Parts: sequence; C-alpha cells; structure tokens
Amino acid sequence: MFRNITLGQYMPGTSFVHRLDPRIKILVTLTVITILFMVDTLVGYSLVFLFILGVILLAGLPTRFVLYNIRPLLFILVLTFGLHLFMNEGRTLFSIGPLVATYEGAFKGFTMAFRLVLLVLGTSILTLTTSPMELTDGLENLLSPMRRVGIPAHELAMMMTIALRFIPTLLEETDKIMKAQMARGADFETGNAIQRAKSLIPLLVPLFVNAFRRADELAMAMEARCYRGGEGRTRMKQMKLTTGDVLTGVVVSAGMVAIAIYL
Amino acid sequence: MSIRVENLSHTYNPGTPFEQCAIDNVTLEIKDGEFVAIVGETGSGKSTLIQHFNGLLKPTEGRVLVDGVDIWGKGVHLKAIRQKVGLVFQYPEHQLFEETVFKDIAFGPRNMGLDDDEVEKRVKQAMKMVGLDFKTVCDRSPFELSGGEKRRVAMAGVIAMEPSVIVLDEPASGLDPFGRDQVLTEIQQLHREFGFTVILVSHSMEDVAKLARRVIVFHRGKLIADGPTRDVFNMEDVLSRAGLEVPQITRLMQELGERNMKVRTDILSVEEAKHEILRVLRSEGRVS
Repeated sequence: MFRNITLGQYMPGTSFVHRLDPRIKILVTLTVITILFMVDTLVGYSLVFLFILGVILLAGLPTRFVLYNIRPLLFILVLTFGLHLFMNEGRTLFSIGPLVATYEGAFKGFTMAFRLVLLVLGTSILTLTTSPMELTDGLENLLSPMRRVGIPAHELAMMMTIALRFIPTLLEETDKIMKAQMARGADFETGNAIQRAKSLIPLLVPLFVNAFRRADELAMAMEARCYRGGEGRTRMKQMKLTTGDVLTGVVVSAGMVAIAIYL
Repeated sequence: MSIRVENLSHTYNPGTPFEQCAIDNVTLEIKDGEFVAIVGETGSGKSTLIQHFNGLLKPTEGRVLVDGVDIWGKGVHLKAIRQKVGLVFQYPEHQLFEETVFKDIAFGPRNMGLDDDEVEKRVKQAMKMVGLDFKTVCDRSPFELSGGEKRRVAMAGVIAMEPSVIVLDEPASGLDPFGRDQVLTEIQQLHREFGFTVILVSHSMEDVAKLARRVIVFHRGKLIADGPTRDVFNMEDVLSRAGLEVPQITRLMQELGERNMKVRTDILSVEEAKHEILRVLRSEGRVS
C-alpha cells in the first residue's frame, strides 16, 4: 500500500532538464518558490503554471505520474479553500447557518490552493529529475561558503543523503511489518481514533527497533571505511558548470523576477 | 484445507513507469496435508505468490480459492482466512513488539477475540510445538533472546492462531547452523506430528530435498515446474534455467550416471546415495 508513494522519487532520464547542473536546478527551484509567494494575480500564477508544465513536458515526465504528487495534499487543499471561503469579508456567495461564503473568499481560496499545488509541482520536478546524490552534492556545494560562519555543509548534505536513501527502505519495511501483523489478525483500518492509534503500536515498535539497528549498522559500515566527515574528501563525479547551465539559470530567473514585478 | 490459485497474475504499480509484473498467469493447487516447497531465484515471484494465499495481496487477475471459496468474493472475511492460512514472513523476528514473549505470542489469538484461558492454552501449546520452554521464557522480553529463539517466538505467534496451513518464507535464512537445524526439524514436526499443511519458500535446495515431498519452481513470475521432489530435482535443464543448483549429492550421482555408472540419479540424501552406490557395486560384483 506504500508502493505508490511518489513524493521525492527520482525518475532517470536524459532530457535537458535531467542534465542541467543540480546547483542551477536548486537555485531555479528556490527562485520559483520565492516568486510564488510574491505573485498575487491570476495571470502571474498562470504564467508560472505554464512554465512548470513546460518543464514537465521538456523533461519527458509522464504528466499523470507527476500529478499523483498532489493526491496526498488534497485534504490540505480542501481545508485551505474552505477556510478562505468562509473567513473573508465581502459580497455574499451563499451561507450555511452562521457561515457566510464570499466571492472574495472563493477567489482567495482558489489562488491559495493553486499556489500550494504549484509549490508541490515545482519542487517535485527537482526531485523527479535529479538523483539524490546529485541533489545533495549540489546542496553541499551551494552551502559550502557558509562553512565559515559555522554551518556544517558536508554533514548536512550527508544527513540528507542518508535520509533520502532510507525513505524507500523504511516504507518497504512498514509495508512488510504491517502485513506480518495483519497475518496475525491485526486490524489497522477500523475502530475509533483511540483504537486506531493503539493498533499502530505493533507497527511502530518493530519499525523503530529496526531503524535503530539499521542506523547502528550503517555507522559501523561507514567507520569501517574510514569515514570521518568532509575534511579533504574528493568526489568521483566533479560538477562542472557549462555556459548553457548558467544561461538557463539566468534566463529563467530573470523571467520569474519579471513576472513578480510586472504582474 | 486446500488452496487453489487460478490464472493468477499480479502487477505492482500498474499504470506507472515503475510497473512490474511479479506473477504471470499461474495456476496451482495445494492439497490438504501436503508438504510443498516453492523455489526460485530472488525476485522470481515466490514471496508475492504466498501473500495471495491469505489475502494480503489482491490478485490483479485471477482467483484464489481456499477450500473452494473465492477469498475475494462477497461476504468472505479475510480475517478468518488469515487465521486459517498462517503466514510466517522472512525474518519474522523483526515483527516482535511486545514486552514479554507471552504477550507477543498471544497477539494473534487475542485478535481472534478468544478468552484469557483459551489464549493461555494456545500460547503454551504453540511454545511447546516450536520447542520453547514456557516457564523460563514466557516472561522474558523477546528482544533479549537469541536469534534462533526470537524466530521461534515469531513462528509460535502464528501457530498460536491454530491455522491448518502454515506458509513459511525462508524460515532458516540468517541463522547459524545449529539454529537452522532446529528450526527445520521443528517445521518437519509440525507437518508429521501435528498434521499442518506446510508450504515452504526457500532457495536452499538442500533443505528442500530434506523436507519437501513436492516442489514448485518459479522463474520470472512464471511456474516452470511442479512435481514430486525427486522428479523435479532430476530436471537439470529446468533448474539451471531457474538459476538453481541441485544438492551436491544429487549432482554427484548425476555425474556418476554421466560416466556410465548405472546408478539412479534422483538421489536426495547422502544416506540414499551410499545405499545406491553399494547396490550397483554389489550387482557388478566389485564389492561383496
């Protein structure tokens, strides 16, 4: 049941988007996110949406698959829309008892929900087209100037690599333990909130025990290979910025800023 | 209790780029009281198949019949099926969670809604069946036991539900030779003394040769051989296609056969091989 989670999954490919330097991709994604918080017109949103759609097509990602990423968000989207719908003042659209829905609320709710969708889409393009290794290498590289002010760039990047590496493993394990307990008659789906929370104990205890065991083994394996932090580490794949990379970054960022300023 | 699988196919992640067909149109039947081994390489679909036996996975196509009843049909309680077809996963000790061995084994029976007396009776019985001493072990934490003991506690947790079929996925993997022998002996006892129908998934052909009477071979999601252990172990081409090796002693006899010694080649144990070689040598008058 956890096999269909797509959030943060990498889809190998050879498209232009895939080959773009990870640092540029991270910076562009950050720009898009920032711009999304500054834009407040429908036209602005639509342009960002078109841009994101364009990148999805350019990267050759199956659109339906990318849209799956939004599914876990549905509840939050509905909640956001609902809250805005009823919490704003303005012309009455309709009313349920003391709750009054307004036109302004509907508009605001819609744009907020749209913004959330775009945020998720924008960031999932980054993780869908960049392998976790590239992603963390890029992050480490971008953060490395911050080392002078005491930010442990390498350690952060390593933690991220490990976390990303173990998400699928832990999901698989959750699935397995859940099935093992279901084979012993456990029921995770029915009952009230308290019963359901209680029914998670047979799942969570083994999951934590195993996670700690794994962490222990990993630490041991890293030490056995003389890992002692980032000092003096070299890499097999050096990142190189090409003119194309820089140009893409500049053009896209300029476009985004223009959208923010003019719309 | 019989399990029948008809034209079963299972596809993971259908409709996504990660789509993967794990089982492809498999039909088989396991009858009451059998001891069947399912063998095949990693990723051949064995584990996916056995999760269909008790309704943990829903077939993409085809049917699963337990005692003639389609388990995905209307009005069938999967919980009842799971009680009748006990499934012990690979590394089952990773699912232990309770404070004491007693409570952990009692998890299954309690989920069935049995009263305290019945639960205690079943826990005692199950621990006896897997060779754990009730008095010394029942109040200890399952986490402080040895690997082999943990595994037996986990097996007892399934047995305590009193299933009539017990499915074990690689029950001996990762144990030391001593723990391995113990677990395998207990499985044999479950079949012989307590009359369980046993389905064993394994890639140790040695263990399979020792225990199972019937072998089913899987390769890339397809069933490629199904028959009595001796017959299947003699199908060299099928086994090598499935990436499996027959036990050394069987290989030895096959080699002798190829070198024109008139021995039977469907030998499964060293003991049998000894008798067979002596028989042939005697008949040729080379030993008295």
